[in-house]
Amino acid sequence: MRTLILKTASNYLLPVLLVFSIFILLRGHYLPGGGFVGGLIAAIAFVLHAFANGLDNTKGLLRFHPGFLMPVGLGLAFFSGLTPVLFFDDPFMTGLWFPEPFPVIGSVGSALFFDIGVYLVVIGVTLTIIFTISESA
Amino acid sequence: MTQQLILYPLLLQLFLAILLMFFWRKISAQRIISMIGSLIHLAVSIGVFAYIWNHGTQTVQAGDWEAPFGITFIADTFAATMVLLTSIAGLAVSIFSSGSVISDRLRFGYFPIFHFLLLGLTGAFLTGDIFNLYVWFEIIIISSFVLITIGGEKAQLEGAVKYFTLNFLASMIFLTAIAVLYGLTGSLNMADLAGKVAAVENRALVEIDAILFLIAFGIKSALFPLYFWLPASYHTPPSAVSAIFGGLLTKVGVYALIRVFTLIFVGDVLLDQILLVLAIFTLFSGALGALVQNNIRKVFSYLIICHIGYMIIGLGMFTEVAIAGAIFYLIHDILVKTNLFMMSGLIYRITGSNSMRALGGFYANYPKLSLLLFIPLFSLVGIPPLSGFWPKISLITAAFESESYWSLAAIIFASFITLVVISKLWAEVFWKDVQEIPARPKFRYFHKIRNIKRIQIVVPIVFLSLVSLYVGFGAEHIQILSARISSELMDSQQYIDAVLNSQKTQ
Repeated sequence: MRTLILKTASNYLLPVLLVFSIFILLRGHYLPGGGFVGGLIAAIAFVLHAFANGLDNTKGLLRFHPGFLMPVGLGLAFFSGLTPVLFFDDPFMTGLWFPEPFPVIGSVGSALFFDIGVYLVVIGVTLTIIFTISESA
Repeated sequence: MTQQLILYPLLLQLFLAILLMFFWRKISAQRIISMIGSLIHLAVSIGVFAYIWNHGTQTVQAGDWEAPFGITFIADTFAATMVLLTSIAGLAVSIFSSGSVISDRLRFGYFPIFHFLLLGLTGAFLTGDIFNLYVWFEIIIISSFVLITIGGEKAQLEGAVKYFTLNFLASMIFLTAIAVLYGLTGSLNMADLAGKVAAVENRALVEIDAILFLIAFGIKSALFPLYFWLPASYHTPPSAVSAIFGGLLTKVGVYALIRVFTLIFVGDVLLDQILLVLAIFTLFSGALGALVQNNIRKVFSYLIICHIGYMIIGLGMFTEVAIAGAIFYLIHDILVKTNLFMMSGLIYRITGSNSMRALGGFYANYPKLSLLLFIPLFSLVGIPPLSGFWPKISLITAAFESESYWSLAAIIFASFITLVVISKLWAEVFWKDVQEIPARPKFRYFHKIRNIKRIQIVVPIVFLSLVSLYVGFGAEHIQILSARISSELMDSQQYIDAVLNSQKTQ
């Protein structure tokens, strides 16, 4: 099912959805949002692209297998929890924060890196599952 | 750094699992990482155990959130012992897997998932938070679903469906029980719960909640009458997977039962009676089930059920001697059951069959191997001075002291049937004349595989046999250890103090 409208729209929607997913990711510390939802939105962006342009084009766009994002994300989340143990002798998962908030992003702490890890894992898992199913279908 | 020593086994397993995922397609690299990692894990666990033995119970408040609010990790002697046993069994099975599991299976992420399973087990033993315990149980069952279905054979999927359905049900009941508990007390920290549950006025609801926990953990540890998922599924996956399942998965249920019923729901006479009755039925039904089976792995599956009964009967009698016996049995059982399933894998590799009727002549053809396999088999029966004998003394003494003669009868009956079953197995597989088993053309027989693989299959069996010989001959050490664990469990105050008052003393 190839439609011109969806194809044109998806090219514009992909970057918009990705930016939106990052917005949701950053918003998540105090407000609804976070890595999980953000990751799902980002995955949906690619799924939409795959619907409109075919699976092979989306894979070409990604350049690497989405499953690779799983260990990367897990590793990031793991080290965000491990940093306080290694460098500050605080218990595992203790929140560490930069003293000054950054412009635009706001306060940055180890929790953000944990969330980015979740974000990557969710994209990786969702895309791997959907790509595998649509390949075998 | 040392205050957080108890988290290191946990963090190491997580690190290993993530590292292995980076090597998704490179199976030989995964084999090496898994083996070296498991070796380091064993070293770390020994370190943790030694530290706990010398310095007493240690706690870590994850995220630096104070005790009743944050997630507590706590290692008392019991938890440290279980972590040590997990690492011993983990090392053995890791080596065994790289020798015996075919690479078509390994290619689907066998090793990462295996280490996620060990992560879940280690976490379940170390956590001091009941909801966190649920999360670790989820990690365990999700990993075990993958391991049990990996390879996708028809029999495997059939077993997995049964396994999945009942374990999923158990998880839901477990979650419901936690919800009720939280509704009653407003806390999830186990040490905090110990005090709060005792103060709840609505005793009927507490009792119902305790029974919900009993059902949930009862399914997971294969107690009567909810054990039938176990023999239906444990013989289907590769024997390396059965080994880790048989050795540790049901035992984590037993661990949770012991923890919850010595810490949170204490002093309930009705509950102890129920535990006793269930344990007696478990002993009977597991033993009788094992009698009629022909497949070696099914025999061992039923024996797992039967011997779970010993641990629960110790918990049900609820005296210090009885619990010491249960703990000793737990230690012995983890080592021996893991070893037995690996042994069945070895027999399968050599002959291509696991059916007792088809096998035979093992002793004539492989005398040295038979001598090796004699150790786990007869440790299980408890021929003195092998390891299964000593815990039964404690259990029988405790049964005499508490004048619970039905338990006594069940213990002796189950030991006797175990003896009969193992003797039958020995007679059929080892002493009977050599049977002609039709050769399977594509099967990777033991004599066809490379030397390094053979070593990887035999070494873990030797390793675990040596450990269980130590448990048998060094029974005094293990008895001291079990007695210490038991006295710690009976006196839950030190556990509570360790969690709730640790910040104030520092």
